[in-house]
Amino acid sequence: MHKRKYSVGITMERQMTEFHDAPDAVRRTILKGAVVGGLASFGLGAFPFPAFADVDAKQWPGDAFKAKSEAETLKALYGKSAEASDKVSLDAPEIAENGAVVPIAVATTLPNVTGLAILVLENPNVLAAAYKIPAGAQASVANRLKMAKTSKVVAVVESGGKLYSASKEVKVTVGGCGG
Amino acid sequence: MAGTIRVRATASGDTTEVQSLIRHPMDSGFVKDAKGELIPAHHIEVVEFEHGGKTVFTALWGPAVSKDPYLKFSFKGGKAGDELKVSWVDNKGASDSLVAKIQ
Repeated sequence: MHKRKYSVGITMERQMTEFHDAPDAVRRTILKGAVVGGLASFGLGAFPFPAFADVDAKQWPGDAFKAKSEAETLKALYGKSAEASDKVSLDAPEIAENGAVVPIAVATTLPNVTGLAILVLENPNVLAAAYKIPAGAQASVANRLKMAKTSKVVAVVESGGKLYSASKEVKVTVGGCGG
Repeated sequence: MAGTIRVRATASGDTTEVQSLIRHPMDSGFVKDAKGELIPAHHIEVVEFEHGGKTVFTALWGPAVSKDPYLKFSFKGGKAGDELKVSWVDNKGASDSLVAKIQ
């Protein structure tokens, strides 16, 4: 009886140390993660965190992103072609000094905009970014894109089931796809 | 994953302007490293912005989007104090999300 009590005591003690150890280990991992992440921002994406994404990766249009021409891209993305419109405005620099970061903004006064896409025609894959805009959102988007070399940039807006586009030539002095 | 997303949402009138910055390498798959080996493509594919249980904006990104992508857009609705949820997933299945308060 006495012996038994003793062994229970040991077990409890062990359990308690284990319990104390666990948060420590967790804390250490978190700290390590923070340091590595801070030093190398590109390390972050590689962490094997479980995907708790409520984002559905399947909606990513792989075919459209592989297309090599404007017509192909639009067909894959929207299944139709675009007509030029002055109601789509594309704001991009005349000359981009660094092709790795080219600020590009698209806005439109068209009603019922449901989609928006930005294409860089001379890039290895033409489609750079596409946006889905549920009703109620305003159609203006600004982002930064990479450009391999001097190229025509095309903004396409889907409005009321039709596609409208605007384009602009952007000169690139240092390309963004090859260092 | 701590802090890959920074977002600022400001309500004015009946629209909310959102600016977000996500930390991500966005490797295009065309760049070689110092040894001359191709760095495989690693980029965010989908970013979703949710307000009041509804998706208000979805970004579909290819590798041509710049490193540490910046995005600005606005949507109708949203007022100060509301929550805006941002989540992304990349082509390797990594993801992150953040709930921000609209200012």
